[in-house]
Amino acid sequence: MPDTPRESAEDRSDGPDRPERRDFLTRIGVGACAVAAVGSGVVTLDFMKPKVLFEPPTTFRAGDPGDYTEGTIRFNKEKKAYVCGGPGGVYALSAVCTHLGCITRYLSDQNVIACPCHGSRFDLEGNVVEGPAPRPLPWLQVGTDANGLLVVDTSVVVPHGKVFKA
Amino acid sequence: MSGSGTETLTRWIMDSAVYRSIVRHGAANTNRNRSLLVFENLFLHVHPVKVREKTLRFTHTYWLGGITLACALVLIATGILLMFYYHPSVPQAYRDMKELEFVVDNGLFLRNMHRWAAHLMVFATFLHMLRVFFHRAYRPPRQFNWVIGVVLLIVTLLLSYTGYLLPWDQLAFWGVSVGTNMAKEAPVLGEKIRFLLLGGNIVSENALLRFYVLHCVVLPVGLLLLLSVHIWRVRKDGGVQGPPDETRGPEEVR
Repeated sequence: MPDTPRESAEDRSDGPDRPERRDFLTRIGVGACAVAAVGSGVVTLDFMKPKVLFEPPTTFRAGDPGDYTEGTIRFNKEKKAYVCGGPGGVYALSAVCTHLGCITRYLSDQNVIACPCHGSRFDLEGNVVEGPAPRPLPWLQVGTDANGLLVVDTSVVVPHGKVFKA
Repeated sequence: MSGSGTETLTRWIMDSAVYRSIVRHGAANTNRNRSLLVFENLFLHVHPVKVREKTLRFTHTYWLGGITLACALVLIATGILLMFYYHPSVPQAYRDMKELEFVVDNGLFLRNMHRWAAHLMVFATFLHMLRVFFHRAYRPPRQFNWVIGVVLLIVTLLLSYTGYLLPWDQLAFWGVSVGTNMAKEAPVLGEKIRFLLLGGNIVSENALLRFYVLHCVVLPVGLLLLLSVHIWRVRKDGGVQGPPDETRGPEEVR
């Protein structure tokens, strides 16, 4: 083997290539590479998270709370939500069917919210009346702006039955 | 201690069915297994199984080919990351470039890394070419690899040039206006080349999209293919050739 003289140099414990030193330097090198690899991973993950989003706003104005007498239901087509007047106040329902995501519509003659895709039906509180929908329609957050007008946030789901009292 | 713990872990990994199905030979403790390690790996097999220690010395090649390859790898990694935020459209391209610089975490770092690695790659390619020339390493049997190298230089320059338009700032716009007007002056086909490059008669949205596709798909794929052949040819031609042997006359060097 051509590298025999080299190995004999390694065996000399006081030589420049003594095993402890080589082992130590190897550990330092591998450690530095590991730190660099983990660091690049963290930096890359950080980079992948967008900091500014240009998405359409999730909130919409729904007018004066006084307009929503009991039994009132208004549909916002753009934001896919119903704003309803209940016995205790105003509440908002998502119009997205919990079955496969079709947009439901309110049938005033039968007073139900119906999905055109697979026949799911919901009452005005969002409870499933019939059809394949597995869950009731989510209730959305309702609040007011500085002028006392209703603002609905479609990105925030509130517990079923939590009405907004003006 | 931790040493024996690491050893146990290493042994456990190397004995596992998953590892054994990926690495089909034993540990790299015999010459045969060390050879198999290179032969049986798609990425390593373009490289020779054995190299002379002399050829690894810095003064042998000045590591210029390796530096160029390292730049290419950095450019691919950072370029893929930049693509996650860049839309090749007007005026979104310029805004995305600014967003990368001022909004996205580490965006400025990655963009600058891409930029400086690109400059260094062109520079290192030139130096590599000069090194090969002055070491007379372009002579037979390496003449074919020299030609591949020249094509690689052109691909590198085209990558640099197509990347130049993508920020869609004034520098990019006029750089590409001038460049494509130069292409127009080529005899006979000049006008047609410019029309095809720009996808129209002016530097517009079509030109941006064309340069983007060339920069991110067509040219990198060509670069990777040629690079693989280039490195594989080094092995086939008997490894890297360093400085010609001073004790012999230049005519005897083969």
